[in-house]
Amino acid sequence: MIVEEIMNTEPYTLAPHNTVREALKLMRDKKVRHVPVVNEELHVVGVITERDIKEALPSSLQDEPPNTAILQEQIANIMIKNPLLGHPLDFVEEVALTFYESKIGCLPIVSGGQLVGIVTTTDLLYTYIELTGATEPGSKIEIRVTDTPGVLFEVTKIFHEHHMNVQSVLVYPDAENAQNKILSIRVKTLNPLAMIEDLRQQGFDVLWPNLPGVSSS
Amino acid sequence: MKKAAFIYSPEQLGYKFSDTHPFNHKRLTLTMDLLKNINALHDIDIVPARVATDEELLLAHDAKYIEVVKKAGHGELSAAQCESYGIGTEDTPVFDNMHEASAQLVGGTLTAVDYVMEGKAEHALNLGGGLHHGFRGRASGFCIYNDSTVAIRYLQEKYNARVLYIDTDAHHGDGVQWSFYEDPDVCTLSIHETGRYLFPGTGNITERGNGQGYGTSFNFPLDAFTEDESFLAIYEAAVREVFEFFKPDVVLTQNGADAHYFDPLTHLYGTMNIYREIPKLVHQLAHEYCDGKWIAVGGGGYDIWRVVPRAWSMLWLEMTDQPMPSGALPKAWLERWQPEAPVPFIPTWEDPTPLYEPIPRKAEIEEKNAQMLIKALHIIRNEKR
Repeated sequence: MIVEEIMNTEPYTLAPHNTVREALKLMRDKKVRHVPVVNEELHVVGVITERDIKEALPSSLQDEPPNTAILQEQIANIMIKNPLLGHPLDFVEEVALTFYESKIGCLPIVSGGQLVGIVTTTDLLYTYIELTGATEPGSKIEIRVTDTPGVLFEVTKIFHEHHMNVQSVLVYPDAENAQNKILSIRVKTLNPLAMIEDLRQQGFDVLWPNLPGVSSS
Repeated sequence: MKKAAFIYSPEQLGYKFSDTHPFNHKRLTLTMDLLKNINALHDIDIVPARVATDEELLLAHDAKYIEVVKKAGHGELSAAQCESYGIGTEDTPVFDNMHEASAQLVGGTLTAVDYVMEGKAEHALNLGGGLHHGFRGRASGFCIYNDSTVAIRYLQEKYNARVLYIDTDAHHGDGVQWSFYEDPDVCTLSIHETGRYLFPGTGNITERGNGQGYGTSFNFPLDAFTEDESFLAIYEAAVREVFEFFKPDVVLTQNGADAHYFDPLTHLYGTMNIYREIPKLVHQLAHEYCDGKWIAVGGGGYDIWRVVPRAWSMLWLEMTDQPMPSGALPKAWLERWQPEAPVPFIPTWEDPTPLYEPIPRKAEIEEKNAQMLIKALHIIRNEKR
């Protein structure tokens, strides 16, 4: 999946000469935390975040009347200059890694030197939610398997035999044993019982759902 | 005025996917026979279910979808043509006359609505209804038409009523919730096993409604293995506070009986106690806030032998102010049905104690549920202050 499939293509923007007050109003009105700052040619010259503004504002805990002169100031003075930028063809996984490693919350997306969109951690989180299939009605089944070739085929063969429509498959490492993997599979059914029984009969370690009366593992 | 009307027509039994499908309306026959055996249900109480018209179904469903259901039930469509409408799947297979049978379940709930709103009965029960997973243009989770959604829209259009919908099925009442997600005049409340693993997966406390309807959708997801005490503590606080907050004109309850320990499809550890208490509180609050106007429907319930007949009998007994039964079930009923049942009956109205081995993390589960309740009700408790 690439960034242009998930990015917001109509981001709110500000100009360097806009005031902190204007930036704050935009963020409150539009419920956004990050705004790219662009010049007249739509070149990204900075990013202003809610956190930068909060840090610049005097603490509300101070006793003396707060100095609000900062609200008049241009955002060019407190914005992040030369922010990290992304490209519409970047891979979503790479963007996630950039967010995690650089501890940032948004990435302006630039093509041909101009701003074409923005991706935030919220967009990435929603993509993850979709990947897990949680946006459609279904049941989730977790299976512990050995980390060997062909296992996924053996498992999905049983799903196929039960005419079960698979909504998502996640494979992640088993925290307890590096020789194993955990499969987390979402299927479009209210009644996974017969399939779970078959999986167990074929020797698979179904972690969840447990059948009623069987204690949790 | 009747105390309560029992809506039923034998045609409702036509809603049948197959002999092996977990959703089995033989539950209705078993429940009615149990009630008749204890002399708590008489022919005079029973009101036939009407058939919902196409116009009424359109209150909740797309014309195209209704057309597909009709044709599928008459063998006029291929599997591929049905697929995108959620029918012909393992969950919701095609069966003969599926439109007619489904429309009769919806009609039963509409009959119940009319009986209550026209003052012919204080309360009304349609155990054939409660198909809360049905969507506007798609069948889901054993449900073709969503009788509760149709009935609530009908209550709004015909009677201009403010409706509180309470769903105690172990699965989240997703279809009804999404139907009224943006409507501030309908409040939906669902208490269910967490959707982390269980179908349909939704029903998180953060699903609170949208736009104008923000704050009129409530969800109380319980941890798997939740037992009576914690279930009832959450239920009582949730229902009481939401009633007080929303002040409905009429209450519609969905009474799925699948939160019981015996239910094969879910992981809640309820016993017969919850089915004794659930209708009691709603009954009291319906009189307090709605001049008694209470419509009840059925829902899930997949242990049709040991759980559903007892649970739904207690619902009817509560609605009609008859004393709650105790002790042995009628011998005639046990003897009549035991030969057909694949499991030995529980021969008493109460479940034996203990019904199951103690749960290892009971205290933590109760604590987690209590925290969930605080978060879910935060929005109305805050407003009150």
